[in-house]
Amino acid sequence: MSRLRLYQIAVVAGFILLLEVLCLAGVIDKITMPAPHIIVRDFVRMILAGRYFDEIGKSLVNVLAAFASAYLIGVMVGTILHGHRTTREILDPLFATYYAIPVFAFYPLFIVMFGLGDGPQVLIGFMLAVVAVIVTTLNGLDRVPPVLKKTARVNGLNALQTARHVTLPFCAPYLLTAAKLALAYAFIGVIGSEFIMARSGMGYEISYAYTNFDNATMYPLILLILLLSIAANSLLSRWEKMLLARRGQA
Amino acid sequence: MPAAQVTAQVSAQLPAQVTLRGVTKVFPAVAGGKPVHALGPIDIEIRKGEFFAVVGPSGCGKSTLLELIAGLTAPTEGEIEFEGRAIGDNVPDGIGVVFQEDACFPWLNVLENVEFGLRLKTIGADEKARQAAAVIDMMGLREFAGSYPAQLSGGMRQRVCIARTIVAQPRLILLDEPFGALDQQTRLLMGDEVLRLWRQTGATVFLITHALDEAAMLADRILVMSARPGKTIDLVETSWPRERDSRIVERENFGALTSRLWKTLREESMKTMGRAG
Amino acid sequence: MQPRENATFRNTVILIAGLFVFWELAYLVVGDVALRSPWQTTQFLGKLMQTDLFWLHLADSLKAFAVALVIAVVLGLLIGFALGLHRLSGEAMEPMLVALYSIPKITLYPIILLAFGIGISAKIAFGAIHGIIPVALFTLNAVRTTRPILIKTGRVMKLSPVVMVREILFPAAVPEIFTGIRVGFSLTLIGTVLGEMFAAQRGLGYLLMSAISLYNVDLIMSVTFLLVVLAAAVNMVLLVIDRRLHHG
Repeated sequence: MSRLRLYQIAVVAGFILLLEVLCLAGVIDKITMPAPHIIVRDFVRMILAGRYFDEIGKSLVNVLAAFASAYLIGVMVGTILHGHRTTREILDPLFATYYAIPVFAFYPLFIVMFGLGDGPQVLIGFMLAVVAVIVTTLNGLDRVPPVLKKTARVNGLNALQTARHVTLPFCAPYLLTAAKLALAYAFIGVIGSEFIMARSGMGYEISYAYTNFDNATMYPLILLILLLSIAANSLLSRWEKMLLARRGQA
Repeated sequence: MPAAQVTAQVSAQLPAQVTLRGVTKVFPAVAGGKPVHALGPIDIEIRKGEFFAVVGPSGCGKSTLLELIAGLTAPTEGEIEFEGRAIGDNVPDGIGVVFQEDACFPWLNVLENVEFGLRLKTIGADEKARQAAAVIDMMGLREFAGSYPAQLSGGMRQRVCIARTIVAQPRLILLDEPFGALDQQTRLLMGDEVLRLWRQTGATVFLITHALDEAAMLADRILVMSARPGKTIDLVETSWPRERDSRIVERENFGALTSRLWKTLREESMKTMGRAG
Repeated sequence: MQPRENATFRNTVILIAGLFVFWELAYLVVGDVALRSPWQTTQFLGKLMQTDLFWLHLADSLKAFAVALVIAVVLGLLIGFALGLHRLSGEAMEPMLVALYSIPKITLYPIILLAFGIGISAKIAFGAIHGIIPVALFTLNAVRTTRPILIKTGRVMKLSPVVMVREILFPAAVPEIFTGIRVGFSLTLIGTVLGEMFAAQRGLGYLLMSAISLYNVDLIMSVTFLLVVLAAAVNMVLLVIDRRLHHG
């Protein structure tokens, strides 16, 4: 195992150990946070008992919906914009400033417009994710070296064939980056909205547990979300690195 | 040419400023590889005030040699001395280095970049400004004193780096392929500049280059290195007069000189090409 | 570059006009039950800004935000520099920081609330954890990717480590660090407002959520509009500075 891995494992293990010590010593009291080993125990119990599986599933379905719509629409819009320079230039300031805007501020508005169902959460997740996808797609398309497109023309490929055999394969790493970002933002948008004001889903269960001083439920759920988002992010990152490494760009 | 002979005799009597004895450099193995025996064993003597050039095939350890003399890295075996004192892993006082890459600080303008060369000197700010301005004039950069590196061409940026190095009045100036990134014409003109500076400052100049004509034109003595691990295969005395410039290429013995260098180097370079990739 | 700047200005104007048109059309379609027109919203905002209550909430948000920002920037710079200067730590911690970046931090909010109690400290802490990561990441990268030639130059000039950091590493890293601070600024703002939307009793975020329970569409639209405009405007200014620093 490389020095790097050891270092990382040491940092995580050290942190957990520190928490454990502080909890057992009473520096962190039980009301604020139970000791890590208790959280893990409650977590295992929760998984084995199959509790909250419905809520978890529901949240994940919403996250997937936000992700899929943001990704598909984002890639399409990005591709279309790439060919229309003026429109793209007009929208550019919007893209540059977009992530400074508190998108969650629109949540109350969406609740008023669409009611308290799943719509507002998915919409927030979509809104957060879609611009990242558009910008990354544009980035990737920008970077296709003109010489590759010229090679395609010289070889008699039409627009569609060029897209399929040259542009798309070239942009694969960027499309993967776009997916990674879209998933992360969809996750943040959906779970965050559920937390603020919703009637079901993982975020809601956490806020409910908080209001009811139910640490035995709250912490395992938080742990679950952390594990899920880190796992998804790591998998996609690893895939992304593999693609880039093959091209000597890692 | 009697005058040249006299010059050669005089230069042979100059004291040694830098000596390398039995110096080798081995780089430790990087993950999954073997240790790299980059240089040596090699013995060199560089005389005070001379213009000394080193040529050799790529990868032969020329840059490593420069870094050893500069004190940027320590030898694995052997001793290096600068003005009688051993150099280990620290940069001795009185040495200046110009690198091949652009080393201008992008956030400072030309004047501030050159003043930075006086950073460690305990003189007043006014005196620093005056000395920097003088060197900027010497390098022909006066109108650009307020410009930023990003606004200058590659050749001009190298001139700024040279100015920054000589403003501290080093006794030994090391140049690591400083004109490698420039086009041929600019290189020839810069060669003239370096000769002029050499005469004006009276410093010793140690130049590494892959261009044989450049070495032949500029140097008093030329060291030819073998392929890796670099060792000495030839040491040529050019016997040029001190007052020389790029027009020296017109002389008969210039052609003979470059031919001799290439004959020695050709075989070594082929060894490197076979090894590369 | 006069024509280029004129083009950007014109494009921004067209964009803003377009957004307002889109807003007006949405209003015409959806109606008063859920939206207000741009004109109505601005009017209401004007009236709102004349009330004391509004300024109370705004002040609370700004106070929390300012403190959170200072904490995020200072800690972020320290962490970024420390990790950037020590090779192994930087390489090992960078992917971990990136992973932390992608988790929905709002799920950590209950922990913060339990630790700090309901009040301004929780908001500050929550805002700060949003901003600290980008500042640290950008600073870390800026220091790590300092061109080696600049460091070599410093060594040749025999600069001490302190002088090296102060006069070479830091100035070389400033453009990237500023980008990190710009991103950190926006995220801290978002974090602070987000924190106010849950379990707070003051602040613009709280105002927004209370407007739902009152079903006060005017209030919802005005506060949302204000937040969007403020965040966008400040970010644009920071962007201009950012671009200038990168091209200087």
